[in-house]
Amino acid sequence: MAQYAVLIFEAVPGEELPPEVLEAHGSLPDRIKEQGGRVVAGMALQPPGTATSIRGELVTDAPFIETKEALGGIFVIEARDLDHALALAKLTPIVEGGVEVRPLLGFEVVEPD
Amino acid sequence: MDQVEQAVADAHRREWAAVLAATVRVARDLDTAEEAVQDAYVQALTRWRRDGVPAKPGAWLTTVAKRTAINVLRRRRTLQTKLPLLVEPEETEMPATDTIPDDRLRLIFTCCHPALAEEARVALTLRLVCGVATPDIAAAFLVSQPTMAARLTRAKKKIATARIPYAVPTVDEMPSRVDGVLTVVHLLYATGHTAPSGADLVRDDLTERALDVARLLHLLLPRDREASGLLALLLVHEARRATRTDARGRLLRLDEQDRSQWDRDRIAEADRLIVGALRAGPPGRFTLQAAIAALHAQAPTYAETDWPQIVTLYDQLLRVWSSPVVALNRAVAVSMVDGPEAALTEVEALERDGRLAGYRYLPSTKADLLHRLGRDAEAADAYRAALALADNAAEQEFLTDRVTAAQSP
Repeated sequence: MAQYAVLIFEAVPGEELPPEVLEAHGSLPDRIKEQGGRVVAGMALQPPGTATSIRGELVTDAPFIETKEALGGIFVIEARDLDHALALAKLTPIVEGGVEVRPLLGFEVVEPD
Repeated sequence: MDQVEQAVADAHRREWAAVLAATVRVARDLDTAEEAVQDAYVQALTRWRRDGVPAKPGAWLTTVAKRTAINVLRRRRTLQTKLPLLVEPEETEMPATDTIPDDRLRLIFTCCHPALAEEARVALTLRLVCGVATPDIAAAFLVSQPTMAARLTRAKKKIATARIPYAVPTVDEMPSRVDGVLTVVHLLYATGHTAPSGADLVRDDLTERALDVARLLHLLLPRDREASGLLALLLVHEARRATRTDARGRLLRLDEQDRSQWDRDRIAEADRLIVGALRAGPPGRFTLQAAIAALHAQAPTYAETDWPQIVTLYDQLLRVWSSPVVALNRAVAVSMVDGPEAALTEVEALERDGRLAGYRYLPSTKADLLHRLGRDAEAADAYRAALALADNAAEQEFLTDRVTAAQSP
């Protein structure tokens, strides 16, 4: 099994997502498991208005890359190969936007000492 | 070329894909497999000269290439280098084809995977399925050799890193994945057929390679109607290819071509494929395009072409593939049934639509229609607009002649 990051790009802000979409997000790990994959980790981001970027010494009040569909969250999955990963990523509920699938180079959770 | 060299060249043309596809399964790395296969062909030259050409050259080459690949892997393992290996899924799912999947299909589907850029798919197919050398691919696509080499390397790296599987797609994915493969082969043919720039209108090697892959696909997917359709379409194009230009290399229109020179055997073969595909179920875009091309090929003259039937086929084609290019071609057929006035209305609508902006056949078609309506000043303007968009020498000369003809009283 290989690990892939699924980057969620969504034009509709998190707090405005309809309840059925939120529910579909909640059931995503189970649905992925049913298809032979596994969600390893997941994180949902606050809207881009809350972002602060640092480029060199310059601090700005905007996301690093401004896009119509903001990066709304990332989750990490385990899949057999790219075709499997794409099939699993397609289960992500999206109102307006899409997902990007990238193979992971590394993934580490740092435990407290 | 002596007999042995000829035998090696034949084996390269016929067996390359099968030898490489089998070697990839052992090597699980495209570069290692490619080098091993290359090496096997080099060895064949000396060994076949010494021992005679084997009865089954493909089997001989596969054995030698696999052995080389295994040796390389063994050496690498002792060097402890870590390379991402190609993933070959465990055979838990039923294969999508009803026969044992041919390794060549794995190779083709990997090269034409939708996760790769289209230009990379075309280049990979030429390199890995057809065995064309990188400098020759670069020359065919008019890019420098380092650019093409980098394009191939990037694509192979993505296959390994993103774990694009070396596999035949599942039943669900099969139709869309086959369509993707056929599109690549069609693009390969089109690039050779109408070279977008440069002096030669037809780059023979590309069209022949595309036809080889189309034949291979039809052989490996005998029940796929669109694979039959694509092969038929390319056969009809090939049948007429020699007559597309005159002795001086000037482009000839369909109504100016010498129909007695068209290759009847190829047209008949295409016809059998089309009839078979049409009987098997509702036709897809390649079968419909082939049916249109075959009707042209079977007509005794341009005027005696079954134009109403061609319009009907274009209507069907637009339903399965709503492309403005198809609509433009349909307008030409409409001009032969309902006259140039009716067709001009449709072409002007396409002009307003804007999706064909920069497409040279839009102004040239419009010019032809205006010319037939006797509106020559407007026709000359439209030919000039087409000329500004053409970058192929043969097409430029053709259009320059049209401008002159439209201006002369």
